Amino acid sequence: MRFPTASSPFVHGGGAVDRVMLQVLLALVPGTLAMFWYFGWGVLYNILICTGVAVAAEAAILRLRRRPVRATLADLSVVVTAWLLGLALPPLTPWWLPAAGSLFAVVVAKHLFGGLGYNPFNPAMAGYVLLIISFPTEMTHWIAPSVLAEVRLGPLESLRHVFTGVLPEGLAWDALASATPLDTMRTQLLMNRTIEEIRTSPLWGDFGGRGWEWIGNWYLLGGLWLVWRRVADWRIPAGFLGALVAISTVFYLADPDTHPFPAFHVFSGGALLGAFFIATDPVTAASTPRGRWIYGAGIGLLTFVIRAWGGYPDGVAFAVLLMNMAAPTIDYFTRPRTYGHRSPGDLEP
Amino acid sequence: MYAPGEKLWHFHGGIRLDGQRELSTGRPLGAVPLSAEFVVPVQQHIGQAGDVLVREGQHVHRGQQLTQVREYIGAPVHAPTSGKVIAIENRPVPHPSGLEGLCVVIEADGRDDWGDARLEPLEDYRALSPGRIRRRVRKCGIVGLGGAAFPTAAKINPLHEQRIHTLVLNGAECEPYITCDDTLLRHHAAEVVEGARILMHTLGGPERCLIAVEEDMPEAYEALREVLGGTSSGSFRLVSIPSIYPTGSEKQLIQVLTGREVPADGLPADIGVVCQNVATARAVYRAVVHGEPLIERIVTVTGRGVSEPGNHLVRIGTPVHEVIAHAGGYVEPVQWLLMGGPMMGVALHDDAVPVVKATNCLLAARRGELRAAGPVLPCIRCGECVRVCPARLLPHELYRLARAAEFDRAQEYDLFDCIECGCCAYVCPSHLPLVHYYRYAKSEIRDLERERQAADRARRRHEFRLERLEREKRERAERLAKKKAAVSHKADPERKKAAVQAAVQRAQARKAARGDTAPTED
Repeated sequence: MRFPTASSPFVHGGGAVDRVMLQVLLALVPGTLAMFWYFGWGVLYNILICTGVAVAAEAAILRLRRRPVRATLADLSVVVTAWLLGLALPPLTPWWLPAAGSLFAVVVAKHLFGGLGYNPFNPAMAGYVLLIISFPTEMTHWIAPSVLAEVRLGPLESLRHVFTGVLPEGLAWDALASATPLDTMRTQLLMNRTIEEIRTSPLWGDFGGRGWEWIGNWYLLGGLWLVWRRVADWRIPAGFLGALVAISTVFYLADPDTHPFPAFHVFSGGALLGAFFIATDPVTAASTPRGRWIYGAGIGLLTFVIRAWGGYPDGVAFAVLLMNMAAPTIDYFTRPRTYGHRSPGDLEP
Repeated sequence: MYAPGEKLWHFHGGIRLDGQRELSTGRPLGAVPLSAEFVVPVQQHIGQAGDVLVREGQHVHRGQQLTQVREYIGAPVHAPTSGKVIAIENRPVPHPSGLEGLCVVIEADGRDDWGDARLEPLEDYRALSPGRIRRRVRKCGIVGLGGAAFPTAAKINPLHEQRIHTLVLNGAECEPYITCDDTLLRHHAAEVVEGARILMHTLGGPERCLIAVEEDMPEAYEALREVLGGTSSGSFRLVSIPSIYPTGSEKQLIQVLTGREVPADGLPADIGVVCQNVATARAVYRAVVHGEPLIERIVTVTGRGVSEPGNHLVRIGTPVHEVIAHAGGYVEPVQWLLMGGPMMGVALHDDAVPVVKATNCLLAARRGELRAAGPVLPCIRCGECVRVCPARLLPHELYRLARAAEFDRAQEYDLFDCIECGCCAYVCPSHLPLVHYYRYAKSEIRDLERERQAADRARRRHEFRLERLEREKRERAERLAKKKAAVSHKADPERKKAAVQAAVQRAQARKAARGDTAPTED
C-alpha cells in the first residue's frame, strides 16, 4: 500500500495568527468600555470609522497586489491596527481624521512594505504620527472625561458632530473640551508653575487625571491577561513600564516641582495601552528575549524624554516608531548563546 | 519520583505533548511471526555500508553475517532467519527520500536455524578486555536503537583523555505514541541493567550510571527499581525525569541529568559522558553474554490507523505491512504511515519497506488524528519558536535566512546546531513548515560545500597544470639557453683563434709525423 509523504513534524499545536489577533481584540474590550464610559460615543465612532476604512483599504490593496482577500482579512491583523488607532484618537474628532490615519496605516505603513509580517513600523502608530504631525490642532482637541463633563452628547448628536461638525443648539465646543492631563501638565509647567500648584486643579485625581487614571487600569487588566495567555511577551511591558518608572523616579526625586511622580507617567496618555498592546506588536518589536527587554526599556525611556523635553505632550507613538527602527539591530546584538557554544554568535562550529 | 539527592536541570524550551502512550501499552508484548521473505538493507546505520559476503542462491543461517565493514564507523547486518538468499538488489528502504537501497533478500526456510552462526557466549565479560567487548559489539552489528542508529562500538571507544565519568542509559522515549523502550524495560529490565554493567566495564569503569526514564513510565521505573534493589545501587542511579519533549534527545537528556552542555564541535565524551539507549544496552548484553547478533527489536505499532496497537518483537527485515497485519491491519482512512513519532518520524511512502534497526515505531495515523498545520501565513516574529527551541536558536531568523537563500548568514545563526525536533513548527501560529526550510538550507549548504570542494580540486589541478606547463617552458628555455651558450662559445673569436691554431698545430703535427715516415713533396 502506498502513502503520501511529507516532512516532519506531522502534528501541530493548534496556534494560529487569527486566534492571536482575536485574543488581542478581546483584551482590548475592558479598556475600550472604560474609554466609552468616560468619553462617550465618539470613542466607538472612531473605532468604527478606523475599522471600516482599514478593512476596505486592505481589501482594495490586496486585490491590487493579487493576494487572497478573504483569507488575509480573516487574520484580523487589520482590525487590531484599526482598533488601536481608533482608541488613540480624540473622541468626537471629524470623521476624516480617523479615516486618513487608518488609510495611511494600512496602505503605506503595512502593505507598501509587504503586508503582515514585513512592515518595519507599527502601522497604528505610523498612522497616529502622520496625524499628529499633519493635524496637530485636531489631534489635541480632547474632550473632558464624564466625571468632569457638564454635558454629554448622545449617539445621534455625536454622529452628527463627527460627520458635519455641528453641535446641538446652544452648545459650544468649549463646554465639552478639555485638554488631556499630559497636555495640561506640559503647558502649565511651561508657564513655570510647580506640580503642586498644577495638582490643585479639579482635573486631577489620585495619581493621574480624573477619569483618565482609571482607564489605564482597564488596559492593564486586559494587558495582564494577554501576558498570562502568552500572546504578549511580558518582557516588553515590563521593560517599558520599568524604565518609565525608573527614569521618572530619578527626576521626581531630584526635582519634584517640575517632574511629576512616576504613577502619573504610567497612568497618563498612552503608556499602558502602549506597553501592553502597541509595543508588544511582535512584527515590529525585537524578537530575542534579551532584545525585548532592551526594546521595551528603550520605548519607556524615549517616552519620558519626549514627554519631559519634547515638542509633544505624549511620546509613546514616537518612541515606538524609533525603537521599531532599532529592533533589527537589537536582535542582531542580543542573539542567545546556542546550546553547546561558548558565546552568542561565535563562529566556531 | 526523583531519586533521592538527584538534582535535575532543565534544557531550554521544549513542549509538553499529549503522550498517547496508553494506546500501545495496553496489550502484552507480542511477536510478529516469521515472514516468508526478509529484506535486509545493507545500510541501516550512520556511516559506511559493508560489502556483501553472500551470493544469490546461497543458504544462510539465522544470525549469519551478511556484510563486512571496513570503516571504523560502520556495522554489519545479519540474516534475521535461516533460508536462501534469493536476491541482492535495490529495494525501497525506509528513508525520507523514498530512494532505493541495496538489500539482501532472504527466502525463509521456516526452520529458523542458528546453525553455527551464534557466537561464543562470553559470560564472564569482566575478565575480558574492553577491546574484546568492542569487537564483539561491532561484529554483532549493534547500533543505537533510539532511532539514530550510530554504530555502538565506535561510541564506547572514548579517547583516554576524555575520562568518562558517567554512563547515561536513555529510557526517555520523549516522542508521543512511542512505547518500545517502556515495554522493553517492563519485560527485560534485568538484561538492560546487565547490558549497562558490560558498557561500564567497557568504558573503563565510570563513576556512575544514570538510568533515565520519564515520569509517565511508572511501570518501567518500578521494574528497574526492583532489579536494582532500590533507586540507587552501587554506581547505579535511577532517575525519573519530566516528560518534556525532546528530553529523550541525547544532548537535552545530558543537560537535564548533568547540567552540562555537549560542546557544539564535540561529543558527549568530551564532557565525560556516554549516552546509550536502553534497547542498545540490552542488545549489547545479548551479543556479549549470548553471542546473538542484532536481528530483532521491539517495535511500537500504534496510531488509530491500526486496529490493535501494541508492542511487538520484530525481526529486522520484516516487511512493514506484515507487522501492521499482525496488529490487526489498517483502520481506514489512514493518512500517514510513519516510522518514528509524529514530531521527527519519517513518512513511509510504501508499506513494503522492511523494518530496520532504527525502526522504533510504526505509526499509522488516521485522517484527523494528528492535527495538521493550517494554511501558511507570513511569519509575525511572535517568538514562540524562540521560546521552545531546545538548542536556543532563533528559528524565525533561520527561516528568514533560509527563505532568502542567505546560507552563509544562516550558518552564522548556527543552522547546523538545529536538531530538527520540530518544536518550532509545532507552535508556529503562522503554520510555517520551519523544519522543512532548515533541511532544505542544510542540504543546499552541503551541496554548495561539495561543489566548492570539487571546484577547489579542479582549481588546484588547473593551477598545478599551469605550474607544470610553466616549469616545462622554463626548463625548455633553460636547455635552449644552455645549448645556445654552447654554440656561442664556439662563436667566441678568442676560442675561434685558439681552435684554428689547434687545428693548424694538429695538421703540422700530422705533417711532421708523416715527414718522419714518408718523403714530403717539398
